[in-house]
Amino acid sequence: MSVALSACVATSASEWNVRVAIAAKHLLAAAAESRLERLPITARDFFTQWLPDPWRWLVNSLIGIVAIVVVFASLFAVLTLVERKVLGRVQNRPGPNRTGLPFLPFTEGRMFGLGQPLADGIKMLTKEDIVPRAADQVLHFLAPVALLAFSILTFAVIPFGRNLVPLALDAGVLYFFAAGAATELAVFMAGWASRNKYSLLAAMRALAQLISYELPLLLSIVPVVMLAGSLSTGGIVEAQGGWKWGFVPHWHVLTPWGFAAFIIFFISSLAESNRSPFDLPEAESELIAGHLTEYSGFKYALFFMAEYFGMCALSGMGVTLFLGGWQAPCPFLEIIPSYVWFTVKLLTLLLGFIWIRATFPRLRIDQLTRLAWKFLVPLALFNIGVAAFWSRTHDWAGPLQLARWAIALVLVVAPFVLIGRKLSAGIAPRTYRYAT
Amino acid sequence: MFIRVHLWLTKMLGSGLIQGLAVTAKNLVGSFHDPLRFTTLEYPEQQPKLPENYRNFPFLVTENAGDPMGTLRCVACQICEKECPPQCIYIEKSKDKKPDATGRMQIYPAVFDIDTSVCMSCQICVEVCPFDAIKMDQVFEIATTDRFSALLLRREQLAKPNEYYHSIHPTEATEVDARLAAERKVAEEKAKAAAAAKATAPKPAANAAVAGLAEAGRPGPATPATKPIPAPTPPQPASSNPAQPPAAPSAEAENSPPAAA
Amino acid sequence: MSDQFPEPSFGVEHDSSGGSSLVTGHSSLELPGGSHVTAVHDPFHGDLLEVSMGPHHPSTHGVFRMMVTLDGETIVKLKPVFGYLHRNHEKLGENTTYLSSMPYTDRLDYLNSMTNNWAYALAVEKLAGQPVPERAEYLRVILAELTRLLNHTCLAGFLLQDTGASGTPLMYAFREREKILDLFESLSGSRMMCNYQRFGGCRVDATPEWLAAATQLTDGYNEFLDEYEALITGNEILMARTQDVGVLKPDLAVSAGITGPMLRASGVNYDLRKVDGYGIYPRFEFRIPLGDHGDTYDRYMIRVLEMRESIKILRQALRAIPAGPILDPKAKIRGFRPKPGEAYGRIEGPKGEIGFYLISDGSPNPYRYRVRPPSFINLTILEDMCLGQTIADAVIILGSVDIVLGEVDR
Repeated sequence: MSVALSACVATSASEWNVRVAIAAKHLLAAAAESRLERLPITARDFFTQWLPDPWRWLVNSLIGIVAIVVVFASLFAVLTLVERKVLGRVQNRPGPNRTGLPFLPFTEGRMFGLGQPLADGIKMLTKEDIVPRAADQVLHFLAPVALLAFSILTFAVIPFGRNLVPLALDAGVLYFFAAGAATELAVFMAGWASRNKYSLLAAMRALAQLISYELPLLLSIVPVVMLAGSLSTGGIVEAQGGWKWGFVPHWHVLTPWGFAAFIIFFISSLAESNRSPFDLPEAESELIAGHLTEYSGFKYALFFMAEYFGMCALSGMGVTLFLGGWQAPCPFLEIIPSYVWFTVKLLTLLLGFIWIRATFPRLRIDQLTRLAWKFLVPLALFNIGVAAFWSRTHDWAGPLQLARWAIALVLVVAPFVLIGRKLSAGIAPRTYRYAT
Repeated sequence: MFIRVHLWLTKMLGSGLIQGLAVTAKNLVGSFHDPLRFTTLEYPEQQPKLPENYRNFPFLVTENAGDPMGTLRCVACQICEKECPPQCIYIEKSKDKKPDATGRMQIYPAVFDIDTSVCMSCQICVEVCPFDAIKMDQVFEIATTDRFSALLLRREQLAKPNEYYHSIHPTEATEVDARLAAERKVAEEKAKAAAAAKATAPKPAANAAVAGLAEAGRPGPATPATKPIPAPTPPQPASSNPAQPPAAPSAEAENSPPAAA
Repeated sequence: MSDQFPEPSFGVEHDSSGGSSLVTGHSSLELPGGSHVTAVHDPFHGDLLEVSMGPHHPSTHGVFRMMVTLDGETIVKLKPVFGYLHRNHEKLGENTTYLSSMPYTDRLDYLNSMTNNWAYALAVEKLAGQPVPERAEYLRVILAELTRLLNHTCLAGFLLQDTGASGTPLMYAFREREKILDLFESLSGSRMMCNYQRFGGCRVDATPEWLAAATQLTDGYNEFLDEYEALITGNEILMARTQDVGVLKPDLAVSAGITGPMLRASGVNYDLRKVDGYGIYPRFEFRIPLGDHGDTYDRYMIRVLEMRESIKILRQALRAIPAGPILDPKAKIRGFRPKPGEAYGRIEGPKGEIGFYLISDGSPNPYRYRVRPPSFINLTILEDMCLGQTIADAVIILGSVDIVLGEVDR
């Protein structure tokens, strides 16, 4: 953080900037020690501080794991309801608003639809769990388990707050994407275990989609790692600290290369979590049955839970890498605790996912893969070059800053337009003639 | 220069997508404050406002709510039974005659059944009825758990008073009442004139007068039941002939709803 | 895209009765959703897959079945199977009077009851030589154009639903449809089964309030279309999915008897409102949009452009509608017995040319009653449009043909 501050001071030597930087430092220090900020840690220590040393570490870790699972499983439940209600509101209708708990007083059993996730969960649990006799029983059982396990594993390195990262790894980003890629294995397990040629074909198609989009996903974060100088998620968040001119944060998304990288990352995470417009594997109007046909009941629900966990994890990583993690946009907003900021940013990204789902039709499998390989990968590679230029010119001052921005913008927009033109070569809005 | 950049940007890949996102966002935000963007009616807490012309299943109009079976306008002419496309009406004429609302001796329907599992609410029975006796009801909350006998509506269930007709189709009911009153007045005047002529003329003329009375007593034939056309059509004896023998009653209306379904 | 897949082979020897005699290994597999998958072994091309998109399916617009033979993902043969909604409409017509058949015509193309009614009334009026008063003609035009708006809006919504847009365009389309259906309900008493036209005019007159409401709706419709087009027309994903998909060449369209927007999207200038000039259409000024490529995108856009032309006609008709009777004074409601003869009455319905052919023998019931259903005839060309496309495209192509099974099966 001191690096960022000195960068702040170095960019402009005016008295005002220095004063603001010092004020920001004091504010940050105050915020970092505030009671609200330290609340989760003090709550945890209240329960475990009397334990002897190795046990304390174990119990602390377990509490962390349980907290993550509980929070994100409830977020999954609430997210399904929020998604349905937002989708409904976009479509001029209310979404579920009648499911409630009939025995609660004063609610007439309606509760604005808040009981819907509970009802869905109970429905899924009470469904008969049918496993085909020809299927590979062990793999059939393990596929949703493995999927869910790997998805939860990815949460370990996301910094949810100032001192709220479950596992502070030096190569956190690498670990995250490795665990994320392991989930693709579980998709294939699901298709293979069904012993159904058509499910297998569909699973291979889903796998092709996932693998195609791993590449832009990883390439889009290479610039972030390059400029932050560290693979650890905590280090990347710290590298985005400080404010320029007192109120503009140093988040990566507010730079030209960062914005492009963020867009590529966002599109790739849409595809990685099988969300519209890339939800071919789970489309109902697709004929050749998907890889999930042989699953029913709660195992089916687990696949969707894993999809939502993947969505949340990727959004969390996007917040960490591009949106400044748990940091507030302005210094005087630092009084709001860091985990609240993280949640706000996470929910914004999730709302973006839902918004996109509400608007766009689905892409066909060949169009999907063409988008990944012929559009996103070249753009991501160019972006690495732009980020390198940006990092090399970090000491340009004054009017050269404008030049730096202009060159970076041109270098980002030009390949986008050119490759975009080539990709959409055959398709364009048309004008029609009228009969005379 | 700005316009050229703007046009160039709008041709970029993704501009159509951004436009689409803007429309969706407008609807999302609008659904909270603009009733045009949130068009759901929360039934059954909110009931729909039905237009006056809305039709569901038919009902029989009675003049006097106190004596429904005695004051049905229906004279069992069986025209509606003949014209009904899916043949869901079953009528049996009475053997005797009873005085109707105006005091004349009239045949009445001893049995009048409508099979609502067959009726398609096409409203042709209303159109062809010469006596404004059958009209379309507006009740749509008629779901029942009894699939057979509850779907066959009998005469007692179908009879509803003229006040009810006024409440659901005010304009139509007023027009029908006015027309019936006018026709009754014309019939009365003719009867008075015929009685006066009879008092002063010899017998053959009286027979003609009686025949003329019988002719005039019958209200005009089917005119479009709802909105009036400027000149009422003259009576067409060939088309509205209640004395025609009734068509063979459809057996399905009475005792085999499963076959009719 | 289709050049990446092998050419469909037409000279392949396999059993045309469904391939059951050439099945190897797994014969038939029942998938959830009613789809049926069968492996057909073809010695020259490896395994072909015969899939039956079963009668219940979320995307087939009714009880309709497609037996599709796939080579990998490409369609090599497609056989439409329908008849699941056959209701003996034409035979019923022989046993019912002319008037009583009118409510049954509502149920043919159940989305467009007003135009079905008009086509039937036109045929009977030709048969009986029955004139129609002026106000009734105007009302017929107004209702027919409102029906065209209804139908094309519905199609736009469903086509986008089939491409996977999770219901948003569908809900917007139906929101507007409801406004027109409310108009129909306040006029004829029923939203969809209107039973409105009679031989010699219309059944119910339109009040000034109704005409004012119709005018208000027409004025607001362009705005809705602009918003809808902003959502859809420039959308790159939709363009990528529908352009150059399901191309129909004009000469093939004409020789197959295709009519309606499908024909005009292939570039053939044939619209019965201009060709026949039935009713009072020659008095209105409107243009006929034509497409150049004949693909799904053209079929969709032609319908949007036709909606805008319909709005023009509606404005002119609503301004010029005269006062007067709506039913010819000599029109008979009961006891209608046209003289022996035959007549074919046709109109440009929203889906194409809908026609009724009636033979009368002087009795109250027609001797022969035949419907020319546009959806049925437009469906015959489905296989030619779908060959060489993938199965995902087949669903979209079917959506763009715009069928209603009530009309296909009668």
